[in-house]
Amino acid sequence: MKKKETNPKELTQTVVGSGMKRRSFMKLLGGGIFIFFQPWNVFDLFSAPAEQARSLTKDYNAFLHIAEDGTVTCYTGKIEMGQGVITSLPMMMADELNVPLEKVKIVMGDTDLCPYDAGTWGSQTTQTFGPNMRAAAAEARAVLLELASGQLGVPVSQLEVKDGIITDTKNPKNAVTYAQLTKGKKLEKYLDVKPSVEDYTKFTYVGKSYKHSDANLKVTGEAKYTGDLKLPGMVFARILRPPSHGAKLTSVDFSEAEKIEGIKVVSDGDLVAVLHENHDKADEAIVKIKAEYSFSEMPVNDKTIFEWMLKADSSANVVRSSGDLESGRQLSEKIFESEFHDPYLAHAPIETHTALAQVEGDKLTVWAATQSPFGLQDGLVRELGFPREKVRVIAPFVGGGFGGKGAFQQGIEAAKLAKLTGKPVMVVWTRDEEFFYDNFHSAAVVKIKSGIDNSGLIKLWDYHVYYAGTRGSETIYDVPNAKTTSYSRNKNAPPVHPFDTGPWRAPNNNTNTFARESHIDIMASKAGIDPLEFRLKNLKDEKMVACLKAVADKFGYVAGKTPSGIGIGIACGTDAGTWVANMAEVKVDKNTGKVQVVRIACAQDMGLCVNPQGALIQMEGCITMGLGYTFTEEVFFEGGNIQNRGFDSYEIPRFSWLPKIDCVILDRKDKPPKGGGEPAIIAIGAVVANAIFDATGARLYRTPMTPARVLEALKKV
Amino acid sequence: MEETISFQLNGKKTEVLIDPNQTLLWVLRNHFGLTGTKYGCGMGFCGSCTVLIDKEPVRSCQLPVSEVTGKKVVTIEGLATKGKLHPVQKAFVEHDALQCGYCTPGMIMSATGLLLKNSAPSTQEIKDGLENNLCRCGAHVRIIEAVHTAAKEMKGGK
Repeated sequence: MKKKETNPKELTQTVVGSGMKRRSFMKLLGGGIFIFFQPWNVFDLFSAPAEQARSLTKDYNAFLHIAEDGTVTCYTGKIEMGQGVITSLPMMMADELNVPLEKVKIVMGDTDLCPYDAGTWGSQTTQTFGPNMRAAAAEARAVLLELASGQLGVPVSQLEVKDGIITDTKNPKNAVTYAQLTKGKKLEKYLDVKPSVEDYTKFTYVGKSYKHSDANLKVTGEAKYTGDLKLPGMVFARILRPPSHGAKLTSVDFSEAEKIEGIKVVSDGDLVAVLHENHDKADEAIVKIKAEYSFSEMPVNDKTIFEWMLKADSSANVVRSSGDLESGRQLSEKIFESEFHDPYLAHAPIETHTALAQVEGDKLTVWAATQSPFGLQDGLVRELGFPREKVRVIAPFVGGGFGGKGAFQQGIEAAKLAKLTGKPVMVVWTRDEEFFYDNFHSAAVVKIKSGIDNSGLIKLWDYHVYYAGTRGSETIYDVPNAKTTSYSRNKNAPPVHPFDTGPWRAPNNNTNTFARESHIDIMASKAGIDPLEFRLKNLKDEKMVACLKAVADKFGYVAGKTPSGIGIGIACGTDAGTWVANMAEVKVDKNTGKVQVVRIACAQDMGLCVNPQGALIQMEGCITMGLGYTFTEEVFFEGGNIQNRGFDSYEIPRFSWLPKIDCVILDRKDKPPKGGGEPAIIAIGAVVANAIFDATGARLYRTPMTPARVLEALKKV
Repeated sequence: MEETISFQLNGKKTEVLIDPNQTLLWVLRNHFGLTGTKYGCGMGFCGSCTVLIDKEPVRSCQLPVSEVTGKKVVTIEGLATKGKLHPVQKAFVEHDALQCGYCTPGMIMSATGLLLKNSAPSTQEIKDGLENNLCRCGAHVRIIEAVHTAAKEMKGGK
């Protein structure tokens, strides 16, 4: 199944008209049945980066097309970046329409072909978009049945559908295919109803494991990512960058760069770039530019940031509150107070931000590695002044996003340079640029004050989270007197972060789960109760209980008080509508402070699991990626200067870190599908911290848990 | 100053008139259109640009094209023969050993290089061999399984 046309030239020749509207792409697609539907919901708007917030007109932002040959295609603004929806969405459609999986196609992330979609993030594609798409497919099926009823001369109730063939149950010879029904027809349906909950037992594809449908393209090198595209006359651009965030260009001398044969220098305000048809020549030229800057930097660095945040002019927002904290204090026999710190993190996808832009007459086309093609389209309209209908954005395969490719500065840069030079311009951010201009996961502070009574029941929970947001800040546990307060930047106060921040896989839930689950463990230990028992004792949430029991079973958990000296940890949480619990075993070298995770188990309740294989892969990926923020990942900075801008200094997980991984997905076929791309990462920091405590009695309050920090914590034991 | 560089590329004798200081990575991508070899960091730290040179996995982002003179270069596009996937490619598909797929070509080239030297690597040897190939999605466990499977198939005479 090909994702889309991959030859940009061919694409431009065949379908780029002068600003296509829905009618025009329908013309292009010929006859058949079109079902328009609305997959967006409040969450999509809520989670969209502010700059992309755009008033959504009541329009139909995805559609399903059954072509005259019976092929089913879904057009969606969602993109594929490794999360596997290119495989799972067609499975859902094939089931609903009773067609063979290979008859289903998906066209993604093209603003001309696909109706508006805010972006691909928040583990929303399967849980939010999926059911709406299924409803559209059901509607299409109903339309086809009605057509068949007329043609075959029998009532709909007497018809049955299998593999795209509608048959009269009383006379199997009386049959008609989808292709025959759609031939020569042009039908449009607009779906306004909310999708109903389906009977999942009747599905052929959903619930069974399918391999990545794009795997063949990816193992042969045929899959086209943005940087793999080439247009006639295309040049590569390298852009002059300031040494730090907040630095202003005061003078620039590019005379040396201009001496390189074939180099073109573009200077337009703050945008200074060198362009050459050979990538290496642009690299050679950019370092020959002499530039001077003025600096006005924030007096903060990676060590002082936490104090800085606590002192900042913040607005406090009580997220939830129950009971009364004073009563909680009185009911508590033991009171606990902890403070947890998380650093800034980089997304570090292996594919850097990349974009190719082309201006043809009054039309601008940008191919980009982005999680938000429509967000980029908005940005291009805003920054370059092109009318929306003249701007087309296409997202080819995306080489990892993790939230970082919701930002699209590189697309704007490529477009500006293409407009200034009249040539197709390719911008491939260097690794250095990627680490500099990332919209980092926010550093954060969490302060918790809690209390337990003499039976080990939590009576008080006073939770304060600074600059991490509220995702994952739920108490989870059954606490009568609880309050959650979130602190964020006061509207008119100066910025707190020296650079951009944004969503990072399961945005901020890692921070909140690390803090909550570490603190729960601290209480369990002091109460002298096994940490699993302590959690179960304080939980009423049945799904959480089920996940904890499932993970204990998978792991082969043996109860005992912590620290036991063995090195076993537990942690759990919820994210994107999914419940997740982890157990891990670690080995700690007390001389070096080095920690190795020996094994890790994960149980997840994600409702109906559309593609179990795909979901397992996401869980394994989350666990492996989670080891990064747990052990090494941290952005070092002084003012606006990012100091670690390479994989040598910003270390991400490697093969040698791998524990044995065991995952289990709870069977919840009767429940709607929930998110799967992020939840299993949220508790990794906590489960390791708790395992380190169990091994050594040393408590880590700060990620990443580097050997130096482990040694420091060991001194306090 | 352009020079003629002669080498074997994916089994074919090749001559190219080019600035000898350009990196093999960008010559492959931009000149030959072999875009399966990826740019990831440009500093040899991530491995997504890995190709085989005389059967050795090499970081093409660090290598001036002049250095491949007279050598045999194999890229991801040259692994499959007559439309038949190489056992390592096949095993990656079979084990779903990829997600976004961006590190995959480099991973496969490194794994192939490893298997050419060691036809039955242990899990530890696979980890050691791929240690400097980075994958951000976290496909590692499946990649190890895929390399084991490929090793078995290659041993069985391809």
